[in-house]
Amino acid sequence: MATMTMVQAIRSAIDVMLERDDNVVVFGEDVGYFGGVFRCTEGLQAKYGTSRVFDTPISEGGIVGIAVGMGAYGLRPVAEIQFADYFYPAYDQLVSEAARLRYRSAGDFSAPIVVRMPTGGGIYGGQTHSQSPEALFTHVSGLKTVVPSNPQDAKGLLISAIEDDDPVVFLEPKRLYNGPFDGHHDKPIVPWSKHPLGEVADGYYKVPLSKAKIFRAGADLTVLAYGTMVYVAEAAAAEAGIDAEIIDLLTLWPLDLDTIVESVKKTGRCVIVHEATRTSGFGAELMSLVQEHCFYHLEAPIERVTGWDTPYPHALEWDYFPGPKRVGEALKRAMSA
Amino acid sequence: MGKNEPPRLTLQVPEPPTRPGDKPDFSYLKLAPAGSVDRPPVHASAAQMHDYAYSLVRVLDDAGNAVGPWTPQVDAELLRTGLRAMMKTRVFDTRMQLAQRQKKASFYMQCLGEEALGVAQGLALGADDMFFPSYRQQGYLIVRGMPLVDMMCQILSNSKDSLKGRQLPVMYSARKLGFFSISGNLGTQFIQAVGWAMASAIKGDSKIASGWIGDGSTAEGDFHYALTFAAVYRAPVILNVVNNQWAISSFQSIAGGAETTFAARGVGYGVPALRVDGNDFLAVYAASQWAIERARSNLGPTLIEWITYRAAAHSTSDDPSKYRPAEDWTSFPLGDPVQRLKQHLIRIGTWSDEEHARTQSALEEEVKAAQKTAESFGTLATGPLPSASTMFEDVYKEMPEHLRRQRQQAGI
Repeated sequence: MATMTMVQAIRSAIDVMLERDDNVVVFGEDVGYFGGVFRCTEGLQAKYGTSRVFDTPISEGGIVGIAVGMGAYGLRPVAEIQFADYFYPAYDQLVSEAARLRYRSAGDFSAPIVVRMPTGGGIYGGQTHSQSPEALFTHVSGLKTVVPSNPQDAKGLLISAIEDDDPVVFLEPKRLYNGPFDGHHDKPIVPWSKHPLGEVADGYYKVPLSKAKIFRAGADLTVLAYGTMVYVAEAAAAEAGIDAEIIDLLTLWPLDLDTIVESVKKTGRCVIVHEATRTSGFGAELMSLVQEHCFYHLEAPIERVTGWDTPYPHALEWDYFPGPKRVGEALKRAMSA
Repeated sequence: MGKNEPPRLTLQVPEPPTRPGDKPDFSYLKLAPAGSVDRPPVHASAAQMHDYAYSLVRVLDDAGNAVGPWTPQVDAELLRTGLRAMMKTRVFDTRMQLAQRQKKASFYMQCLGEEALGVAQGLALGADDMFFPSYRQQGYLIVRGMPLVDMMCQILSNSKDSLKGRQLPVMYSARKLGFFSISGNLGTQFIQAVGWAMASAIKGDSKIASGWIGDGSTAEGDFHYALTFAAVYRAPVILNVVNNQWAISSFQSIAGGAETTFAARGVGYGVPALRVDGNDFLAVYAASQWAIERARSNLGPTLIEWITYRAAAHSTSDDPSKYRPAEDWTSFPLGDPVQRLKQHLIRIGTWSDEEHARTQSALEEEVKAAQKTAESFGTLATGPLPSASTMFEDVYKEMPEHLRRQRQQAGI
């Protein structure tokens, strides 16, 4: 067992799968010789050769388009989109093609592809390097959407995603690549090497898709979170002195509803947090589901803390980011109702 | 306006040469006599191939003779097979068009006038290759022997529709015949064909892919992606552009066909390109063979622009009399692919008017009988349709909990 950053854990997952399965191929902008702008594929081209790990033109539509064709051939492509913000030209290939190929051909063809992309803000990336577009994927039937929050789960989830026979969008919160960022941007970050979830096994292991984890057990209220917001919620609850049960969703869709329902029925209170914009965000779906399944157990209105409905503002990102202060206020409102 | 002011700018919006009521005029088509274009070696570089993107490869002359260096070395039986398959495709189209008018199907798309493309390339490709069609290459399926009843059940969306009523008519999928699932979105499969071909190269296999797109859809980004990736990775793929002059009501000049040829798009990417008479069965077969040999020999992609004419409406939802002259097709200088191959086969003494007539009636009987069988499994109008409970299947490989719940709620 070694400690790994999230970048190293992701690289280790890809490495393990390249080794185990000749059909796994890895490509994207700058992922080959250079190893990716976030270094997630560093050294893999040297190890597996240029026909398994290679650079592509700056063409997200082309990247996902070839992934669909390769998946139909029988390969297991792992495509990297350099930033989730760059994904939009590929949306047609993902939504109209990858997600529907199995359905429209009644199982004659399928697209077992993984599309990885760094997501979220907090790195002064401005509006084109900070977005959290997960709701654009969870809205699409036929896709699976995964958001890991730590190195241990990231590796096991990515291996599960690569072995999965359906298309998986794998969103990597870039603010978590080096450590569990809790939203206190003015304080130094704790590195993954000092965090228990930075302990990552070297070889092959899987963390199942569509299974949430109780990140922190608690009795007062339930927080539904994923990615960076798991740590923000943890900090906010600690600062507010609230015994929160924090659920790390890990896979947004198909969702592990049972874990959520069980927890909310127990606590009677629910706060949903995400970094993405509010309107039609994934939180809206979570709120509906909790209402549908837990209404008679609720003792307070469901709270939702999200990014504002604006583009991600470069210099003002800490006014935009739903940090521990805003989350803490929502936790208190949910407790006092 | 002052003396030194620049002229006012004007916007060009291309128009077709003729509209309803006009006399057809195809003088815009750059033609070349049959046999006038030489056949380069398959290892010719893109730079050496420049001029082929602007000329026109033709084999059959107006008298039905096969002339020039592109004349393929094929036996007469292959040509007779091709002619029968084109005739069968046309008979099939006629009956399915009628079935749609009788409300037995929701929709239909004929390939009238374009039969040579799917049929000839279907004969030229290998059994393990993959054809990524647009929606007007049903000739491929016919010549590859897809049972007519299976094709019809898909069109009728009935209880034996292999696609379970999920797709519009003609959006076939036939993996076993090397025919990729038709999307219905235009252009998207062009880049997928390149990916499939790259996969074959990654695995060190010998299979190649053939992607299809229309003149109109070359304006989509997918066309650009496909040419770029195919050139960069020297993918073993044929990139076919069917220039049938019309994208629904938009003349090919709206897609940028007036200032240059679609084949010439290849020049800028460094992809060898051919511009070929798409109504000349022998030329389609020969050019396909040339591109197949290039791909199979690890020499990379070929772009082929097939010049043809969409003789029928775009689909059963379209009325071309609203936007082009009624007698346009009969004036098209490259003629009718069925008549041209028939004329050639008679000329070389392997076919006759009598055999043609006999074949025609036999095909009509065969298609009619198949339709009777297919309709016994239902039509969209009368049912039975595929079971509604199958609606929730194949969204994912394993049905997730939320779809189980929704299926329960649907009560089916």
